Amino acid sequence: MRESATFDRTVIADIQRAAATGVYDIRGWGAKRRLPHFDDLLFLGASMSRYPLEGYRERCGTDVVLGDRNAEYPLHLDIPVTIAGMSFGALSAQAKEALGRGASAVGTSTTTGDGGMTPEERGQSTHLVYQYLPSRYGMNPTDLRKADAIEIVLGQGAKPGGGGMLLGQKISDRVAAMRTLPPGVDQRSACRHPDWTGPDDLAIKITELREITDWAKPIYVKIGASRTYYDVKLAVAAGADVVVVDGMQGGTAATQEVFIENVGIPTLAAVPQAVQALAELGLHRKVQLIVSGGIRTGADVAKAMALGADAVAIGTAALIALGDNDPRYEAEYEEIGSAAGFYDDFQDGRDPAGISTQDPALAARLDPVEGGRRLANYLRVLTLEAQTIARACGKAHLRHLEPEDLVALTIEAAAMARVPLAGTNWIPGATRA
Amino acid sequence: MTAALESTVVDLAASSVRALNAELHRPASKSYEVRNPAGAHAVAAGVDADIDVEVHGHVGYYAAGMNSRARITVHGNAGTGVAENMMSGTVRVTGDASQSAGATAHGGLLVVEGSASMRCGISMKGVDIVVGGDIGPMSAFMAQAGRLVVCGDAGADLGDSIYEARIYVRGNVGSLGADCVEKQVRAEHLAELAELLAAAGLDHAPEEFRRYGSARRLYHFTSENTY
Repeated sequence: MRESATFDRTVIADIQRAAATGVYDIRGWGAKRRLPHFDDLLFLGASMSRYPLEGYRERCGTDVVLGDRNAEYPLHLDIPVTIAGMSFGALSAQAKEALGRGASAVGTSTTTGDGGMTPEERGQSTHLVYQYLPSRYGMNPTDLRKADAIEIVLGQGAKPGGGGMLLGQKISDRVAAMRTLPPGVDQRSACRHPDWTGPDDLAIKITELREITDWAKPIYVKIGASRTYYDVKLAVAAGADVVVVDGMQGGTAATQEVFIENVGIPTLAAVPQAVQALAELGLHRKVQLIVSGGIRTGADVAKAMALGADAVAIGTAALIALGDNDPRYEAEYEEIGSAAGFYDDFQDGRDPAGISTQDPALAARLDPVEGGRRLANYLRVLTLEAQTIARACGKAHLRHLEPEDLVALTIEAAAMARVPLAGTNWIPGATRA
Repeated sequence: MTAALESTVVDLAASSVRALNAELHRPASKSYEVRNPAGAHAVAAGVDADIDVEVHGHVGYYAAGMNSRARITVHGNAGTGVAENMMSGTVRVTGDASQSAGATAHGGLLVVEGSASMRCGISMKGVDIVVGGDIGPMSAFMAQAGRLVVCGDAGADLGDSIYEARIYVRGNVGSLGADCVEKQVRAEHLAELAELLAAAGLDHAPEEFRRYGSARRLYHFTSENTY
């Protein structure tokens, strides 16, 4: 027997499923295909030509200031790892509270999502970023004023150009009331903002948000990675204080599989484009860059920052830290046709770990205090790992990491990250071999 | 700023929108008169107070944006997104309004005495909007809740992908958008129309209007959801 490379078992199963159901596959998570990523980069530790810092005793700073371009009160975070926007609706109230607790314990920010701000989340989040999305579900000026920063969402890495969706199983009475929707509908979020079109309008919209909040809060603009160079330039021209670039490995609560796997570009390819755009405007480090999409380890944090990011955001990894895909629920994952380590049906609302659900019994499984403790632990590990690498490169602060500290393992990664192929001076597209 | 009778006067030829909004966010007066707006953006945006604001002249984008409780009148035309995301209160435009009037607004009453351009009431979430003239295409797109009353004609694709908002049109409708259908006008609809028209100060017979709303065929994804 010979399996077809073109029609492998996964492809055959997808065709059979489509033929049987007549609907496309919707799932959570981000792109699962193998992509050039931070794994394809390595750091050049110090040796004769560079002087390292002692691993435990010498200071390596981790703090970051976000949004000091225009806002009266920019965010001062202790670590450069933030929690990405995830909605109440996609996640349980307990999960949102746990994210706030974990982030606050280590002095970083968390972010609302497409569905508004919950008291649980606001109450437990020292630094809360309020997302301003095309749907404007649950968006109101009172919560806007309660936020510490505002993030205008143009898109996300899992689906640049697409709106969100939340299937009826998760539209509980509380979720429906917050979004002004009938309970149980398959909710589709708009993909375009309702009251502005294009970057010139966005500049006016940003001014309005500043006026309403008396110029107190930083304004972020989040884009899904696609035409990143141009999008970043336009976002900055419109007035963004912070630009968030989300690569295609970035997660989603529910999107068409075909969208997740075929639209957008990898995080690794997006970061240098964003940095180039900021540098050409003379605003690199003045307009801060937050990178998300596939950040898992302190090495990923350090690599993103070495490429020019001021901070990173995590979503999927944060959920895993809370307990997503925990092997202790193996039997229950199997009952719903999945397995620990593979579960991505966040849209179904049957999450055994109680995170991506609105079922009260399932949601009660997640203790927000314990979840917050686990997330805080994970964030501390990410920070310690990034510091370990930075010290080895002789850096007294994470933001001192630079592209010169990196080499690539593959030609593709070298071209995308714009760093040399290891052992050479060759940056494909930039230098001759 | 100067006080004229009981109103505080803000002349934007001499002051700034920032100074105006800062005052309106912490109002020392119950009544304001704004002169010479000259198409400025975000005039009287983010007010959350039981005050009256009279704006004499044309305004740009997002006038009275996110208004709560205030009664704001624009004596002129309004640009894009007038009263966007309003929560409560009343906003009145004596002239015409550009696109996205009342977008995503949760509550209150928006009256446009002239006509409103495209996307009027887009994603409205509970606001009442009464337009004395016509509205442009794609109005009430994804309208979730609230009532849109149009005394003139409506452009193409009215109510596309509408949820639970109710639309009343006195004139012609260019075309209906996906999942938007004409519905029977019952006694309770005539009664609420009469209330809305009276609140807007418009003298039309409720019986002259036709009602439109969601067929609710898009509420659940199926392979037939193709438009």
